[in-house]
Amino acid sequence: MGEIKRVIIIGAGQAGGETAQRLRQAGFDGDITLIGEEPCPPYQRPPLSKAYLAGKISMDRLLLRPASVYAEERIAFLQGVKAVWIDRAGKKVRVEGGRELPYDALVLATGARPRKLPLVGADLDGVHLFRTAADVDTIRPRFVSGAKLIVIGAGYIGLEVAAVARQTGLDVTVIETAVRPLARVTSPEVAGFFLDEHTRQGVRFLLGGQPAVIKGKAHVTGVGLADGGELPADLVIAGIGVTPETTLAQHSGLTVDNGVVTDATCRTSDPSIFAIGDCATRPMAHFDQRLCRLESVHSAVEGAKIVAATIMGQTHAVEAPWFWSDQYDLKLQIAGLFQGYDHVVFRGVMADRSFAAFYYKGEKLIAVDAVNRPGEYLGAKMLIQTGRTLAQDVITDEARTMKELVASAR
Amino acid sequence: MAKITYIEHTGKEHVIDAPNGQTVMEAAVKHAVPGIDADCGGACACATCHVYVDPEWLAQTGEAGSMEQSMLDFANDVEDNSRLSCQIKVSEALDGLVVRLPKSQH
Repeated sequence: MGEIKRVIIIGAGQAGGETAQRLRQAGFDGDITLIGEEPCPPYQRPPLSKAYLAGKISMDRLLLRPASVYAEERIAFLQGVKAVWIDRAGKKVRVEGGRELPYDALVLATGARPRKLPLVGADLDGVHLFRTAADVDTIRPRFVSGAKLIVIGAGYIGLEVAAVARQTGLDVTVIETAVRPLARVTSPEVAGFFLDEHTRQGVRFLLGGQPAVIKGKAHVTGVGLADGGELPADLVIAGIGVTPETTLAQHSGLTVDNGVVTDATCRTSDPSIFAIGDCATRPMAHFDQRLCRLESVHSAVEGAKIVAATIMGQTHAVEAPWFWSDQYDLKLQIAGLFQGYDHVVFRGVMADRSFAAFYYKGEKLIAVDAVNRPGEYLGAKMLIQTGRTLAQDVITDEARTMKELVASAR
Repeated sequence: MAKITYIEHTGKEHVIDAPNGQTVMEAAVKHAVPGIDADCGGACACATCHVYVDPEWLAQTGEAGSMEQSMLDFANDVEDNSRLSCQIKVSEALDGLVVRLPKSQH
């Protein structure tokens, strides 16, 4: 790839912001340009559907670093700027307005965009997507006790929003087209636990529900269903997944397949271009090099670390994937990838609101969902990372601590 | 506001003015102190903000909660004065606090 003196990062979310920071921490002395469309420095998205929505923390606490740090560390941060073209042959990025910036290495950290409801009325006032701090800033004044909220989509975002809404005193209905919540991300057992918890907290669920139209004149008044029913609403929030933002990559001819395809060092089909975070697909070290596009903080940060190490001629040991979700007083911590499991066993019982579900494929432990069980989460993560496992009747033995068990694992 | 000294494993010191209400982790991350990764941003989900609290300050910082303790069980090179810095809130009472950073967070 030749000597790298100029790095351009497109996308100033967590992946992009961390890349700039990790490069400097690793001693990279060349030029770093960070290009972001949002009107603010890089910030953490996870709290948006948790403490930030609840009004418990302000924007400055979401920022990865204070705005002043970028200049101090000679990171040229182009805030509110859109990159519109990559000239791969000339190794240049063109930004809106026509300015062209040369690079030796380019990092695509373009993220993902939330799917819009494919319904008539989806543009009505009071119907919101949930991705950016600006989205939440628009929602918050309407997010008041007594308001009728319909959440469409029962994934983690939808359920976290529902939890904060109940704690704020809103009237909450969740519409999900699948027959259970969290269908894409966990087992029926764990999904059932969260369904029960939300129901107990006063959330109504319409599972297998088919929203057909958003009703209202200027402002939303309700959601019409395919079966002819209608639910009243003052506020509709859609959390129906995201689409990886790969427009630039596609236009410049990079290989894209549900995300920009990269190798284990996050390099795309062009050796001078890396892709990380929500927009990228990477082989998973602990899962037979399976190509995965993970929408998570861990994936974003890991990508940043890998790219910084690669540019500096170093290697980086990757962690097993991990995720978390906070709902009410429940802390769900997830490690590994549960897809393809054939058995699930439990340590602890759901009724105690403190348990771990361990997912196995044959003898091999592949994932854990731990609810208020941080030790089980970290222990399982360590096992998955080091390719070790524990027999199913051993891992569920509560007479022994998780620490002991992990130490005994082969 | 509290003046906090972070000492890297190599001995390098970073003195930071941390505002009240932030955590000891946040103040370090916002000033790019190397050695505190804090990948999860303070959600007590990653155990990569492990620090050793100077013994003189243990009374002021208090004890680890049960969730934090369970996470620490799996951190590297844990000592009696180990804490997750995302769980220590900055206040005037911590003015002068000294924490040391482990060799590695992973």
